[in-house]
Amino acid sequence: MYTEKVIDHFTNPRNVGELADANAVGQVGNPVCGDIMKMYLKIEDGIIKDAKFKTFGCCAAIATSSVSTELIKGRTIDDALKLTNKEVIDELGGLPPQKIHCSVLAEEAIKKALSDYYIRQGMSEEEADKLCGVTETSCDHCHAKE
Amino acid sequence: MSDIKYFDHAATTKMSKEVLDAMMPYLTDYYGNASSVYSIGRKSREAVEAAREKVAAAISAKAKEIYFTAGGSESDNTIIKGVAKAKKSKGNHIITSKIEHPAVLETCKQLEKEGFEVTYLDVDSRGVVDLEQLKASIKPETILISIMFANNEIGTIQPIKEIGAIAKENHVLFHTDAVQAVGNTPIDVKEMNIDFLSMSAHKFYGPKGVGAMYIRTGVVIDKLIAGGHQERSKRAGTENVPGIVGMGKAIETACSSIEKNAAYLSGLRNYFMDEVGKRIPHIRKNSNTDCCLPGTANISFKYIEGESLLFMLDAKGICASSGSACTSGSLDPSHVLLAIGVPVEVAHGSLRISIGLENTKEDIDYLLDCLSEIVERLRSMSPLYEDFLNGKYKL
Repeated sequence: MYTEKVIDHFTNPRNVGELADANAVGQVGNPVCGDIMKMYLKIEDGIIKDAKFKTFGCCAAIATSSVSTELIKGRTIDDALKLTNKEVIDELGGLPPQKIHCSVLAEEAIKKALSDYYIRQGMSEEEADKLCGVTETSCDHCHAKE
Repeated sequence: MSDIKYFDHAATTKMSKEVLDAMMPYLTDYYGNASSVYSIGRKSREAVEAAREKVAAAISAKAKEIYFTAGGSESDNTIIKGVAKAKKSKGNHIITSKIEHPAVLETCKQLEKEGFEVTYLDVDSRGVVDLEQLKASIKPETILISIMFANNEIGTIQPIKEIGAIAKENHVLFHTDAVQAVGNTPIDVKEMNIDFLSMSAHKFYGPKGVGAMYIRTGVVIDKLIAGGHQERSKRAGTENVPGIVGMGKAIETACSSIEKNAAYLSGLRNYFMDEVGKRIPHIRKNSNTDCCLPGTANISFKYIEGESLLFMLDAKGICASSGSACTSGSLDPSHVLLAIGVPVEVAHGSLRISIGLENTKEDIDYLLDCLSEIVERLRSMSPLYEDFLNGKYKL
């Protein structure tokens, strides 16, 4: 069901934990759906210097969080915004169909964190969300009722 | 494989050596078709009939009331659809519960599409059906009550004798899916007024792919599988002779020491339930040990998700099960946990342990050690637990 790479990122997650000096934090998902991702980023000179995460969820949720932090570290904000869930899936060597939404969540968590960065820089929430492609209903792909 | 600690006996069991030994001649030398007239055919027939006697004895039925099938799901389908078809002129109403196995629930849903009406009874916080609701649900069109003997996820044993009495009083047929119960708790179909019962051999240390149904003498139902005259024309298809022989041996062994085994299993289970509560905070015990199968324990660990818990246990060689949405193949967590009132968020973090005869107290201690470590680790990664610690969220 899961690739070796997924199991590896789940068993030995990279960058797990909180980032004390994070200047961008984004959280998506909800406990009813069964997955929540929280991304902490440290951005300096427009570059993501460090990234950490905390995730409540299944193996795929943890693995996609882990691999996403790896993928965006060292990227510019613009490049990090280009991260797609497909890139996350490819990096993991594939995900089972019912777990694709975990990769979507990872992409969304990063966008949410980057939007938070712009908000902290003084941008309006609406503007920041638009710039970063944050949609209001980040858990729409999950049909669970709240 | 030797370092596997297996705690998933409600999923399946390891076939015992004595069962395999009993089957072996019928996988090798005695390969005859049980319907053939020559000697190796007769040998197979004798073996099938001897197994039938054993299965019947285990539930206080007559041998001619036992029909072999390919397992629990086939038995459930045959009985429910067979009654529905045979009694259609009498009525179109079936009563079942919200916590049945999918083999019953999905069969009922199919029948609903064909115009049958199905009442799904509620259960209380222990998972026991409401008998008053059952009585109130019976109407002139009611043709069948189908209530499982014991639940596969939380272990709850239903008041089967009382349900049987209600069914009899109202002249409604009564089926029980006893897949989890056979071999674990005593069953007497006569005393309990059971008209139909489903069972599966691999749940009591027998082989997979073989099961049986009990159909009370005098009750006529339509057949599901048409064809030859096997199983007195109730279930066509060449008998799975080695499987049936294995099932006979397994049920005989399980039921000959049912009370001793139940005492052993419930001792381990109660120890686990007590200890897990002492060692790990923020849990919810979903099984009620007062009316539960002896080896089953279902617990939720709040603020973590069940599938990740299972995979981390697997890395420690531990096999268990969960009712989380991620393992159910749907977006919702277990229908059983939701029916007993477990909040969705808490149901996501559920774990089912089903203890078997080869488990020891040392195994339980190892499980407890691993669980404490893993739950702590997953919580340390969970933003939900962080919110709980900061007083922002509470389950």
